[in-house]
Amino acid sequence: MRDWLQPHRVVLIGLAVALVLACAWFLRWDWLAEPKYQLLIVQGIWRTLWILVVTMVIGMLLAVPLGLAQAAGPWYLAAPARAFCSVIRGTPLLLQLWLLYYGLGSLFPSIPGLRESVLWPYLRQAWPYAVVALSLSVAGYEGEVMRGAFKGVPHGQLEAAKAMGMPRFTMFRRIWLPQALHRVLPTLGGETVLQLKATPLVSTITIMDTYAVAGRIRQDTFIVYEPLLMLAVVYMAITGLIVLMFRWFESRFPSKSA
Amino acid sequence: MTAFGALAASSLDLLAYAPPGWGATLLAGLRNSVLIAFGAFGLGLAIGIGGAFGKLYGGPITRDLLAVYTTIVRAVPELVLILFLYYAVTGAVNEALLLWGYERIQISGVAAGIAVLGVVQGAYATEVLRGAILAVPVGQIEAARAMGMPPVLLAWRIVFPLMLANAIPGLANLWLVATKDTALLGVVGFAELTKATQQAASTTKAFFTFLTAAGLLYLALSLLSTVVFHRIEAWARKGQKRTGG
Repeated sequence: MRDWLQPHRVVLIGLAVALVLACAWFLRWDWLAEPKYQLLIVQGIWRTLWILVVTMVIGMLLAVPLGLAQAAGPWYLAAPARAFCSVIRGTPLLLQLWLLYYGLGSLFPSIPGLRESVLWPYLRQAWPYAVVALSLSVAGYEGEVMRGAFKGVPHGQLEAAKAMGMPRFTMFRRIWLPQALHRVLPTLGGETVLQLKATPLVSTITIMDTYAVAGRIRQDTFIVYEPLLMLAVVYMAITGLIVLMFRWFESRFPSKSA
Repeated sequence: MTAFGALAASSLDLLAYAPPGWGATLLAGLRNSVLIAFGAFGLGLAIGIGGAFGKLYGGPITRDLLAVYTTIVRAVPELVLILFLYYAVTGAVNEALLLWGYERIQISGVAAGIAVLGVVQGAYATEVLRGAILAVPVGQIEAARAMGMPPVLLAWRIVFPLMLANAIPGLANLWLVATKDTALLGVVGFAELTKATQQAASTTKAFFTFLTAAGLLYLALSLLSTVVFHRIEAWARKGQKRTGG
């Protein structure tokens, strides 16, 4: 603590506090007191969080087979998996999102029978498209990460399991997958932060997430900077939480090499 | 099958280069995207070089300020930063101009886009280059010092070439991020590829055709960049022992 709190840092922290106080004093924050906006903000943060969690989970579930296919699969599985990862990583997420929502969405009505089906009420909303696009994006990026992780597990471990007569699936479940996941754990926190930073894109397809709420407030009140400042603070707070959570998570799985 | 044929034929008509088609609009958008990506990458590299040396060899205040810069930029979504920097930068420039008795000016979309994405890229480039400089073996630098090499020559002849090979993969990633982040500028209203695509699509209602075409253009750009960066890395690593992977 002594080391960290050097004299120049005290001055810098003082300046930062002064800046925050100046922002709080001189800028307009009266809109924060309105119940209408408070409700919108809480709802927006909630939407951002659930989209983040749901897409990370679905994406990681897809990334494991994608990584495995590339690391150890036969060519007819490896080639499509690699192509999928290249396409996802080679095009902007915004474009993928619009391709699904506007592109596919404009084709669906021409499919006969779809309008009458049970799926139609869901296909007319925006969030299924957002979840699919963001999940596929995670799958593409993490598929590549998982490929490296599967390849990085020492061969001796797998040979030892084989020598003990372990069935292939048990070997995958007990030896290969846990060690690969252990390897990606340090990068996973960073990838989650990147995914958090991708979530505001869903506001372009009419979902009222945190970013869209700030845009709405700016339109209603003609205040330029303050809602953007609030956005930055909210996203930084969520990032901090993610980093702390993964740090705690990592400390529960002690590793020899790290 | 005929319906599919008709769709394909009408798609080709829509994507034709000459005015009834929208090919020219898309290619102009692509040119803007590449232009902004180039500028932002270059600016980011310049900021990154300064930032990396500042973080490694700067005084305590420089180092702390750079840490704040990289932390904030990497924690806040690009979309928010773009909006914020766009209003802040154009606002500040115009205020300054008014203060000195000049007229307000309209800052061009390309210039603002380059400035905004460059600041974002700079934070990531700082980290990439810092890591690359740290990975240069100390023995090399000590050997050069022992031979009495002056610091500037040492940086130019020893640190820079050795650092380059380590930095190229990270920089290649950053370039790809830059090309894809230009799409975000479309949300603020710049006429880059994604925005041009959206205009074409909403005019003709052929969303699927245009968005797929734009996707292929982005993909071609990224595949081409990957090939070029592999070449550059092979060139930068010439004379080094190959270490697997």
